[in-house]
Formats: sequence, C-alpha cells, structure tokens
Amino acid sequence: MRKENTVIVAIAVVAAVIAVTWGILVAPRALAPVNMTQGVTQFSRDVYDLHMIILWICIVIGVLVFTAMFTAIFLHRKSRGHEAAQFSHSTKAEILWTIIPIAILVVMAYPATKTLITMETTGGADMTIKITGYQWKWKYEYLDSGIEFISTLDAASNEARQLKSGIDPASVPDYLLNVDNPVVVPTGTKIRFLITADDVIHAWWVPVLGWKRDAIPGFINEAWTIIDEPGTYRGQCAELCGKDHGFMPIVLIAKPKAEYDAWVAGQQQRMAQEAEQVQRIWSKAELMTKGEDVYNAQCATCHQPDGKGLAPAFPALAGSGIATGPLRQHIDIVLNGRDGTAMQGWGKLLNEQDIAAALTYTRNAWGNDTGDLVQPSTIAKIKNG
Amino acid sequence: MSETTAHMHDDHDHGPASGIMRWITTTNHKDIGTLYLVFALLMFFVGGLMALVIRAELFMPGLQLVEPDFFNQMTTMHALVMIFGAVMPAFVGFANWMVPMMVGAPDMALPRMNNWSFWIIPFAFTMLLLPLVLGIFGIGGGGPASGWTLYPPLSLQTGDAFAFTIFAVHMLGISSIMGAINIIATILNMRAPDMTLLRMPLFVWTWLITAFLLIAVMPVLAGAVTMLLTDRFFGTTFFSAAGGGDPVMFQHIFWFFGHPEVYIMILPAFGIISEIIPTFARKPLFGYTSMVYATASIAFLSFIVWAHHMFTVGMPLGAEIYFMLATMMIAVPTGVKVFNWVTTMWKGAMTFETPMLWAISFVVLFTIGGFSGLMLAIVPVDFQYHDTYFVVAHFHYVLVTGAVFALIAGMYYWIPKWTGYMYNEKLGKWHFWLSTIFVNILFFPQHYLGLAGMPRRIPDYSVQFAEFNMISSIGAFGFGISQLLMVAVIWQCVRGGKKASARVWEGARGLEWTVPSPAPYHTFETPPAIDDSMVAHPDDLAH
Ligand SMILES: [Cu+2]
Ligand SMILES: [Cu+2]
Repeated sequence: MRKENTVIVAIAVVAAVIAVTWGILVAPRALAPVNMTQGVTQFSRDVYDLHMIILWICIVIGVLVFTAMFTAIFLHRKSRGHEAAQFSHSTKAEILWTIIPIAILVVMAYPATKTLITMETTGGADMTIKITGYQWKWKYEYLDSGIEFISTLDAASNEARQLKSGIDPASVPDYLLNVDNPVVVPTGTKIRFLITADDVIHAWWVPVLGWKRDAIPGFINEAWTIIDEPGTYRGQCAELCGKDHGFMPIVLIAKPKAEYDAWVAGQQQRMAQEAEQVQRIWSKAELMTKGEDVYNAQCATCHQPDGKGLAPAFPALAGSGIATGPLRQHIDIVLNGRDGTAMQGWGKLLNEQDIAAALTYTRNAWGNDTGDLVQPSTIAKIKNG
Repeated sequence: MSETTAHMHDDHDHGPASGIMRWITTTNHKDIGTLYLVFALLMFFVGGLMALVIRAELFMPGLQLVEPDFFNQMTTMHALVMIFGAVMPAFVGFANWMVPMMVGAPDMALPRMNNWSFWIIPFAFTMLLLPLVLGIFGIGGGGPASGWTLYPPLSLQTGDAFAFTIFAVHMLGISSIMGAINIIATILNMRAPDMTLLRMPLFVWTWLITAFLLIAVMPVLAGAVTMLLTDRFFGTTFFSAAGGGDPVMFQHIFWFFGHPEVYIMILPAFGIISEIIPTFARKPLFGYTSMVYATASIAFLSFIVWAHHMFTVGMPLGAEIYFMLATMMIAVPTGVKVFNWVTTMWKGAMTFETPMLWAISFVVLFTIGGFSGLMLAIVPVDFQYHDTYFVVAHFHYVLVTGAVFALIAGMYYWIPKWTGYMYNEKLGKWHFWLSTIFVNILFFPQHYLGLAGMPRRIPDYSVQFAEFNMISSIGAFGFGISQLLMVAVIWQCVRGGKKASARVWEGARGLEWTVPSPAPYHTFETPPAIDDSMVAHPDDLAH
C-alpha cells in the first residue's frame, strides 16, 4: 500500500518536474531566441550537437534528482505523520552514484575531445586573414592578396549609442552590429585566421562560426573555418577591452567564390588608387575637409569634437603645446602613440592621407593657427624611415 | 569604579565592555562574528546597489543612465564588493560565531588576531571604494574598470585608482589569511576532548578545508597583483609582451587563485546546508564520511583546473583536453553531495520552517548552477559559451542561489541562538518566496541571452536581446527590494519576540544547541563532556 503510494506520487511529481522544465526551456522561445545557433560550418554544427547532448544529460539527471527530492518533500513530511527513518549510509548506493556519473562523463568526453582535435588542426588552409584588435576597432589583412582595412562601428549606431542620444535603437538597422568595412570571405574555402591585438586583449567572435579566440598583444592565435552558406554574419568583441568594448562589432560577409574574386579585384584597385593619392600634392582646403572627417571619426571620442579633451585621461588639443609645437614631435606622437596613456599609434591604423589630413586639421582648427600643411608624402617618408 | 576593577580581574565571567569600545577592542568570538556579519550585510547592499545600476542601464537598448566607463566601474566594483566584502566576510562571521560553539571551545584560538582580522577590512574597503566615490563627485578618474579579474594590459590603463585597488586587495588578503590561521588553530587545538574529528559537524569540516584553501591561494593573488603594481609603476614587464613578458601568464596565476576562491565561497555553504537539512528532516545526514571526503576532493581538484576559465586564450591541445577532463571530474564529488542531501530528506519527517525552505531552494538552484558549470567544461562548446551571459548566469546561480542562499538559510537557522528570540516566521517565508521567484526571473533568462550571443560586460546591446534583458532587470529590482525584508526580520529579531529555547529546533543536534539561547557571552569555559546524544554524528554513524 505504502509502496504504491510512493510510485503514484513519484509519477505525479515527475510529470510536474518535466512540465516545469519544458516551461523554462521551451516556452520562452515564443519571446526571442533562447538557444545556441547551429551556425554555418561543420564545426559550429558539431558544437551545437555537443551542447544539446550535454544539455540533455543534465536535464535527465536533473529530472531524476528533483523528482526524488520533491517526492520525499511530499510524502515524508511530519504533517502527514511520517516517522523519520534513521539510516545514515549505504556503501552500495554511494559507490553506485560515484561510478555512474564517471561513466556518463567518459561518454561525454569522447565526442568533445574529437571535435576539439579537428578545431585545433589548422593546416591546409587556402587563404589567410590576419585580424588585429585595437581599442576599439578591428584591422583585417589578407595576407594572400595584400588587401587591408580597418573596420569600425557604423556611424548610425555610433550616433544612437551615445548617452541620452534620444535615438531609438530599434530604428537603427542592425544596431551595434554593423560596421563601415565588413570582412569579406569566400564560401567553401578553408580560411586560416591569425588573430592578435595591438593594445589590450580582445576576442574575435562570430557565433555562426562556432568559436571565439582571444586577440592578445604579442601573441598570434590561429583558428580556421570553412563556411557553407553565403550570407552576412555578425559578431562582437567578447573580451572586456575598455570603455568601448561593447562597440566594436564584426560583420563577416561570405560570398560565392566568383563574387569574392570580384570583390578582391575591386579592393586591389582601391588600394592602388590610394597609393597614387599619397604621392600628389594636396591643397589646404582638401586636407582640412578630409581632416575634419577623419578627426571626427577617429579622434573625437577621446579628444572631443571641439578639441577640448576629457580631463583627466584625454588632454585637450585646442591650444595644446603639442598641436601647436614642433611639427615633427606631433607627427611622431600620432604615428607611434604615447606609452602609458590611451594614445595609440595611428601609423598602423590609418593611411598616409588620413594621418596627414588629421594633423593638418588639428594644427589649424579651434584657434590652433600654425598654418602648417602636412602632405601625405611627408608622412609616407617618415613612416618608411 | 571599584566594581569594574574587580571585574577586570575576573577572567571568567565578565560581560562585554559598554559602548563603541566594546566593538573596537573586543576579542570575543561572538562579538567579532557579529561585526563580520553586520559588515557583510552592509556590503551586500552596497554591492547590490551597484548591480541595480547595471541592471537599470541594461533595462533597454541604448545608453540612458551612465557612460560606458562608469558602467565598467560598476561591474568591476560589484564583483569585488560582493566577493571580498559580502560573501567571504559573512562566512567568516558564521565561523566566528559557530565554530567555537560547535567544537566545545571557549573562544577562537587567537582572539587578538581575530580582532585585527576583522578591523583591517573596513579600512581596506575605504581604500577600495574611495576612488569610485570621489569619481562620482567629479574628483579623479573614478574606480577601477577593468573587471574584477584585473587582466593586463587593460588593467594597466587604470588611472589613480590602481594603487588603491591593489593596496586594498593586499589588506583583504592579510585579513583572510589571519582569519584562516585562526580557524585552523581553533579546530585543531581547541576541540573539547571528546570531540573527535569525525564527530565534528560538517560546517566545521568544510571551514577547516576552506581555511587551508585560503592560506594556499591568497598569497598567489597577492603575488599576481604585486607584479601588476610593479609593471604599472616601476617599469617591470612581467605581463608585457613588448618587454619579454606574457599577458596570459597573469591569467594563469590569477585563476590559480581564482578557482579555489570560488570553492572558498561555496564549501562553507555546503557545510551550512548539511547542518540544516538533517535538522528539519529529523534524520542523520546521509553519508557523513563521504561528505567529508567529497569536500576534500573538491578542494584538491580546485587546484588543478584553473585554466578552464581561459580556454579561448589559445592553449596547446593537450592542455585543453587535460583541463576539460579534470574540470568534468569535479561533477563527481559535487554530485555525491547533492545525492546525499536528497537521500537525507528521503524517509525523513520533514517540516518546512524558513531555514529549510532556503536550504531546499539552495539544493535545486545550486544544482542548476552545477549543470551549467559542467556544460562550460566542454572545451569546444565553451568556445561559444565563453565570456557570454551564459557564464554570468552560471556563476550567479552558484554564488547567489548557492553561497548567498546558504548564508541566508544559516542566518535564519542560527539567529534564535544569537539573539535569544524567534524571528518572524511569516516575514521570513515572504522573504523566501519573493527572493526565490525574483532571483530566477533575474538570472534564468541570462542563460538564453548568452546562448543567443550576448557578450558579458557590455553596457548596451543590439535590440534582439531586449526582451530577456528587460525581464532580467525586473527580476533584479524585485530581488533587491525583497532583501529589505531580511533587514526587517533581523531588526525585529534582535529587538525581541518569542523567546527561543536552547534547542530551538526539534531535530537540532550539536553542541551549539546545548547552551541557552541567546548564547551566553562566554560558552564552554570548561570543555563539555560529550555523549553521542549531543552530536549530530555520533561515533556509530561516522563510518
Ligand atoms: Cu575589444
Ligand atoms: Cu573555475
């Protein structure tokens, strides 16, 4: 009679526990995505499968344990007149629930290790992209085709994300997940990524690839992928890297091979045109217009649009000893940065025209009337030693 | 006057000094325990307020309240305050109050050092909080903002707050080590003659093991932050690749401290739960000896799994496989504990007073935190989980519904012994139900956010994460406000109420229940003679 009682209650409890589990794991799907992406690579699908296996193992164990507990809570209570048994150990049971979990773990460890080994086998790549993290942007260098560019948060998101901007984020397409220059790759190609950073640690993460990797200054990490489907895939920096950590997204566009080749040709043409621009003589008006754009895009976050800076970390440029002092010293600081401060070396981030224009602008705006013109060719000469 | 002098010569039954000097000069374990507990409660609200700033900013997309840098100061300080200010001091407070009474000792082994261990902490927290507070008033660059893990090179960009933070960490480390030495000395030397090791309550056992962990790893943290200090101010390059150093080395050293640190915050919680469940099941703890061994195994494993916090830094394959397997092994002794608690309830005669409710909630929710921990151990999947809200959900399940819930359970369990009055059961149950409901609304949706791709430590997010962030923030405010009920319960209980009996709970076993409630200022001045009926784990149950 008592035994039957226990079984009936246990069945009722197991039903309730399963219902609650369903309620917290499945029902919220109606609201927004609740689970990991399956991604667009073999690796990401393997990762998703492992995730689901381990999740199911946890669910089954959880349902069993909680059923036992709530059955006891229901039946073995003083208010029902249940008398406490006084047993306090059972070697058999204790050995059993040590051995069974170990067995489950071994079963789980095998596929996990197998997937891990494939991920760590980076050889045989068709092309290589070097990714460098900066505060707070990404630089991409295609080592096979010579293409390189910087990728930063797009202007619309950047405007909307300012404190009390008054712009509704929902009105900005792909708010915080859009960039000026996306990284473009071919589908069906084994791509090797070399990942590093220039200032602090970042992490490059596009969820549909199935992995993230830390970008560490002074170290180069390797990772690889083969993307099956063309598409636009978005990700973010995943390692805290300072105040704008939340604002350095990644946009990865995968194109079929032919379209990708056309993109490469276009980029190479762009790079050749830029090289030409370095050699010609620019007028002051040209430099000032471009300089204002570059300054507002790159420098104004810290030094502020009016050049007044943000005390104490970010000094003013308007009327500063450096922006109105010797030109060569100013150029060196902009190219190489300043140790021990947040001022980074822009020589690696911006091209010669941008640097020349930004320098000209800061030396002639906000009452800095040095009258200096800095030509891109001058910057090129200094950069090349 | 002459009366006072006479009392001072009487070492055995003088009561506490009066006024503020009682608290500043006290060497009494109960007074010091109270100081620790009150300080921890205060910091729980300070850290909680920071959490509410975070959740308020994350209530919806866009930046409405604070600049990103201040947001980062909040996440950093919230962690430091909760770990070093709330959870750790609270457990030391419990140890101070309960360990001497549980082993039949008159006081802690080193009472003067005990006073100093506590009084360092308020000064350390003044140092730690000063840059943040000044920053709010526009003075200086604000508090540290590089995360509580202080990873270089980012942490080396911290302004003037850096030296303050490191100095505070050093002071807290010294306090913890002194506290740990005291606990070990008390347990090993001050037990009543009949209190054999395997008769000790599990709370004492877990604290003994925790104290060894503290002594082992706090110096490691001190070393790591000292290297940061010299990198920042004295031109060394321990962690700078440009100078031949290695930024990843910091993470290895930090987590060699950091992983045992998380067990420092959970092992005593296991101890508290292992006291409460048998009491309200009216049945001896199932598998006492295996509980002791499981605790020791978890402590041992905690030293050899640290790199699971850094699977994405790019380690050799062999290291990744090793750290994955070692980490998965932790599930075994942890599972043993959960199975033992459930089996203790099985065929008991349970009642559900407030401490038992918190303990049951602990078992369920800590187990959920354990499951996500097991998932995080699987390296290839961790490549997705790492540094997302999934991790945030995981460690809040083990630290809030784990450590903090155990602390609250313990407070309800022993407060009649501390004050001599029963707490308000009705208010306690309200506190329990509201907390349990809101804490899940707060943290469970963070699993979804992490899996859907939201990184942690970001002040703003894309609109696809809006729904669950809003739900989580509502849970946060509900949980935060519910904690005011706890203050009301404690306040009432200190001031009066129904008189508590010596045993307080029908099923309670252990020496602390053999002294009157409230516990006299001095207990067990002569070691008690112990028979099996007085302890929870009489010899015939111990093996
Ligand atoms: Cu970053
Ligand atoms: Cu760990």
